[in-house]
Amino acid sequence: MSGLLRIALKLLLNDRGKFVTLVIGITFSAFLMTQMTSMFSGILHQSAANIINVGAKMWVMDPAVETPQNSIPLPNYVLDAVRSIPGVKFAVPLYIGAGLVKLDDGTYQAATIIGLDDATLFGRPTMIAGHILDIYKNNAFIMVKDANYPKLNSPRIGTSFEINDHRAVVVGLAHTAIPGLFGLPTLYTTYTRATEDLPPTRYQISYILVEPKSRTDILPIEAAVHHLGYLALTDREFIARNDRFYEFKTGMGTNILMMTLISFFVGLSIAGETFYMFILDNVEHFGALKAIGAKSRELIQMIVFQALVVGFLGFGFGVLLSSGMIALAKLKIPNYAAMVTYLTLVLALVMVLIISIFSSYIGIRKVTRIDPFDVFRG
Amino acid sequence: MLKAHGITKTFGEGPSRTVALRDVDLSVDYGEMLYIVGPSGSGKTTLLSIISGILRPDAGQVVVKDRDIWTLDSDALAGFRLQTIGFVFQDYHLFPRLTTTENVAIPLILRRESWEQSLAQARRTLRIVGLETKEGLPPYKLSGGEKQRVAIARAIVSEPDLLVLDEPTASLDGETGRMIVSFVKENILNAHRAIVIVTHDSRIYEYATRVVRMEDGHIIPGGG
Ligand SMILES: Nc1ncnc2c1ncn2[C@@H]1O[C@H](COP(=O)(O)OP(=O)(O)OP(=O)(O)O)[C@@H](O)[C@H]1O
Ligand SMILES: [Mg+2]
Repeated sequence: MSGLLRIALKLLLNDRGKFVTLVIGITFSAFLMTQMTSMFSGILHQSAANIINVGAKMWVMDPAVETPQNSIPLPNYVLDAVRSIPGVKFAVPLYIGAGLVKLDDGTYQAATIIGLDDATLFGRPTMIAGHILDIYKNNAFIMVKDANYPKLNSPRIGTSFEINDHRAVVVGLAHTAIPGLFGLPTLYTTYTRATEDLPPTRYQISYILVEPKSRTDILPIEAAVHHLGYLALTDREFIARNDRFYEFKTGMGTNILMMTLISFFVGLSIAGETFYMFILDNVEHFGALKAIGAKSRELIQMIVFQALVVGFLGFGFGVLLSSGMIALAKLKIPNYAAMVTYLTLVLALVMVLIISIFSSYIGIRKVTRIDPFDVFRG
Repeated sequence: MLKAHGITKTFGEGPSRTVALRDVDLSVDYGEMLYIVGPSGSGKTTLLSIISGILRPDAGQVVVKDRDIWTLDSDALAGFRLQTIGFVFQDYHLFPRLTTTENVAIPLILRRESWEQSLAQARRTLRIVGLETKEGLPPYKLSGGEKQRVAIARAIVSEPDLLVLDEPTASLDGETGRMIVSFVKENILNAHRAIVIVTHDSRIYEYATRVVRMEDGHIIPGGG
């Protein structure tokens, strides 16, 4: 490190009070920003649970569907029409719906029912107990063992209950990649049984899952489905559509954006103000440095360095704090949605850098304007 | 070593316009300890700033070691000050949050000398001004006279050709002021260096090798 930067660092560190205020201010701001954005990306991630857990490459849906949380049933002819599109390797129906489970003790619990295509069981979960083929047995359901599993009184193989007044028997336990957002237990069964046991509407296909022959077939399939009056999306596109829904159409995104901005401005004002006072305290000495022969560029380097040091320290502590909090919360609350991603980190880093740049900018303005002659005159 | 010629400087415009210097000539030689004295407002600080490359004159020329300094751009001028001039300010301007050694080392650090070498040289210089026991202390723990000696150490640490001091005794009691100035004359002045001191402290006049008197922006002929 150059001697000047070393001097800059000493000036900063030795002003204990302001240094601590600066770091705490930025830490707090970075902590809140990461916390907010992590919470939101966790929500987005879990709200896409069905898309990720089923794992189909393409999804066909009614154009009004915005999120896998609800679906609009498709008429059966669409399945045949999709199957006849060139480039479609295979297409199968999927049922996603809500069922009302009546437990042994007489209480009710809502659950997500997923009905897999009878012929292929495409989109099946990973089994951890029992065999997937048992799904074909009478009244058979496979229960996902996630954070919501205890809500059905932690059933074992052979446990039975009622779903929408039909008898249901648990024949296996399964594991899925991520739990859903709304804390509902998930039960898998066959498409036929799902559509029989749940209150029938005229149409029953929630989604058609499509496996294209190759990647190049994706665009033509999307065009052909569009021609049918429906919407085909790849899994990524569907997740993005779901993200946009939560970001812009639920009020959740706006609120979190506002909270993030508020945290940013709180950090900006604390750090900006304190840094300005720090520079003011030293401004005459910077003027003396100028008189002695420091170039403006060197003074700017010192100030930017000081602002970056507190910025990175605050960012580091803030991220540590929020990751720690999230990890702790996840231990205690199995369904806790927050998730620190690269994006949330990059976002917080960019915001913190803006705080640093802003703070050093006001410091630099002050310092480049001092006239060494005024310092000399005392 | 220094020749200033036809220096003119005005401040402000309109009714508040002040002519601080009118057509001033001044020369300084190696080995001199030159005093600039005169009443308050006569232009002493202005003249000192112009000959040391801090304040640009409206007209006139300053040549130091054969360089016409006011033709240099601001970076070159900063470089010139760093290499050639040592400054002692009236209120010291030491960084309160650095140790005395670090304060003294600053001109060397600005010259991009290594941290260790700069600090070692700063310690040697503190020994010259008799403050070797105060090395690790921050300046606010020192007395006024000690602070001024630290400031002098900082001004001479990089062996400048010209040392300029503006009112170096103004914040000190008479005895301490005399001690500082006599110390400067005995230990800091030499044949390769010139010292210019601005003062109106008559108690220290006896240490000058030459005195020029200013009045209302002029140097009074034969006024020493
Ligand atoms: N930045 C400035 N703006 C306006 N006028 C100035 C400025 N600097 C100096 N002056 C004026 O120029 C004149 C000379 O000022 P200077 O500071 O050189 O006097 P001085 O002899 O050093 O006085 P003192 O003994 O009080 O320090 C004064 O009238 C002063 O008011
Ligand atoms: Mg003056």
